[in-house]
Amino acid sequence: MEVLQLLISGMANGCVYGLVALGFVLIYKATEAVNFAQGDFMMLGAFVTLGLVNPEFMGLNFWVALPIVFVIMGIFGYLLDLFVLRAVFGQNQVAIIILTIALGFILRFVAGLIWGHEPLSLHSPLALGDLRMGELVLGMADVAIIIVTFLLTLLLWQFFQRTKVGLAMQAASQNQMAAYYMGIPVKRIQGLVWALAGIVAAVAGILYASKGAIDPNAGFIGIKAFAAAVIGGFGSLPGALMGGLIVGIIEPFAARYLPAGWSQIAPYALLIGVLLFRPHGLFAQVRVKKV
Amino acid sequence: MRIHFKTSYDHDIRLFQDGWQAFLYAALLALMIALPWLIDDFFLGEATNVLIWSTCGLGLMLLTGQTGQASLGHSAFMAMGCYACVLLMEAGLPFILAFPLGGIITGLIGALIAIPALKLHGVYLAIATLALAILTDDLIVMLEPWTGGVAGKFAPPIYVFGIEINRWSNPTAWYYMALVVVLVVTLFYRNLLRAPMGRAFAAVRDSEISAQAMGVNIARTKTIAFGISAGITGLGGALMGLFAEVFNNETFTFILSIQLLMMIVVGGLGFIHGAFLGAIVIAFLPQVLSIATDSLGSTVAIPGLETGVFGLIMILFILFEPMGLYGRWLKIRTFLELFPFARKDMFRRQKSYLKTERLR
Repeated sequence: MEVLQLLISGMANGCVYGLVALGFVLIYKATEAVNFAQGDFMMLGAFVTLGLVNPEFMGLNFWVALPIVFVIMGIFGYLLDLFVLRAVFGQNQVAIIILTIALGFILRFVAGLIWGHEPLSLHSPLALGDLRMGELVLGMADVAIIIVTFLLTLLLWQFFQRTKVGLAMQAASQNQMAAYYMGIPVKRIQGLVWALAGIVAAVAGILYASKGAIDPNAGFIGIKAFAAAVIGGFGSLPGALMGGLIVGIIEPFAARYLPAGWSQIAPYALLIGVLLFRPHGLFAQVRVKKV
Repeated sequence: MRIHFKTSYDHDIRLFQDGWQAFLYAALLALMIALPWLIDDFFLGEATNVLIWSTCGLGLMLLTGQTGQASLGHSAFMAMGCYACVLLMEAGLPFILAFPLGGIITGLIGALIAIPALKLHGVYLAIATLALAILTDDLIVMLEPWTGGVAGKFAPPIYVFGIEINRWSNPTAWYYMALVVVLVVTLFYRNLLRAPMGRAFAAVRDSEISAQAMGVNIARTKTIAFGISAGITGLGGALMGLFAEVFNNETFTFILSIQLLMMIVVGGLGFIHGAFLGAIVIAFLPQVLSIATDSLGSTVAIPGLETGVFGLIMILFILFEPMGLYGRWLKIRTFLELFPFARKDMFRRQKSYLKTERLR
């Protein structure tokens, strides 16, 4: 019973990590930029929702606010690509790493200015309390998070398989030059990928905020999501989700069965282990170039 | 405009290009030596802080600017240098031995870490080193018997040749100690660049494949770069911990290594001057901001203002001046030296196709 309980709560955490990791991987695959600010995107998405939904701010109905949040975050991602990221396109990776870290700093600062540094809780329909089944106590939010993540994954998968834009995104991420020759507007597609990453981050943020409180420093879970993305393999969407689940499940088990302190170390120790033995992740997509 | 008539290959690698340049650096050194008589104790403390940050920055610059390996984990080496130095001092070693030994130990650990990290490129290396920085933070807490854990450690009193160096009772001595360390590190760095090893660093940075073709042993070069870089950063970290007088795991969080990386980018990646200019920015930004908020009449401190402004500065630099402050100065100097003949495109950023990391 205890194991099942740890598993469910770990999976719920892991889904949030996985969704943030999904955002990294989406952007990395499409533009080869690594968005170190993805965790802060998530935080921003949660705060925008909170600003629209909570009675002390705008007080809109949650389901009315949801599409507005997606539109805002999508436009935010697109504009960010248009005005900031495109300027450093093709520069070395250090520049992009620092640029996105700096973006994260700014987002954190702005969120702190607008919504304050105290933890706030989102009035979310997903926060339903606990479900008791004998000894088992499940947070309904945990179950809801797992279901929503599953649905979103299905939706994204269909999007990439069926729609024209999704296929164009796949093409642009596999070979920009060839995609460009085939008449795909690569730059605009990359902007759309950033928009999509913003929306996925917003979903992750709403799920995260449904589990507990949110404050401007929540973006730091982006680092764990990073570990998740690397463990799963930086170029693989299912890998990112799996990596997220692995990290999420390891944490509560390490906290329960290992001495104190290990639960914080476990994800990073696993990350370093994976990097040493399978440098491109468990679900790698690196091929050696044939000359 | 000065004309250099080169008559031997040695001219290219001389420490100073000509007498005028040597004079300028001598004047700068004289100014730095005279500084305690020119400014009061508070600003002397700030100057010491700048020198300490510069030492750390030089360490990272060697790895990122010279060898082209991004590291987000140098706070780990700062922590190692600091704890190694203080633990050796507590074991009874005099400071003058414990300090360089701490640096050497950190350098050896850094080289050891580099051996597996060598397999990683670009982003993967950045993430692995970030994980290292976070792990170090947690390890300091877990190794409480040695490190003092969250409660931290107090820096033991420093004696150099019988003189006590204390931040409060004689800040001048502290300043001179930091100055000597920076001078030694800078001279070492500069001479390293003139030696074959330094050339190999630059070759690895610019293209690993062509470096390999020229006979550079990439694995060995990167390991040495990592080791030396970790060692120098360890020295800087030791100074930082001793200057703060109390330190724990919070002193060396991964935020510190992000700041360090941003600092060398603001200063100018790949230039020794860049480490110093970046250190000046990072050390004086909090003061400037607090003066600015005071003059605007705001009495409460805005939390996170410093990192927010720093982030903004970073973005502006990467978008508009990727070569950093020193790069801007180079442009201005070239413009003045060549006066009517300077052209706009002399420093034009080379547009390059995206180098994919998925195929290699």
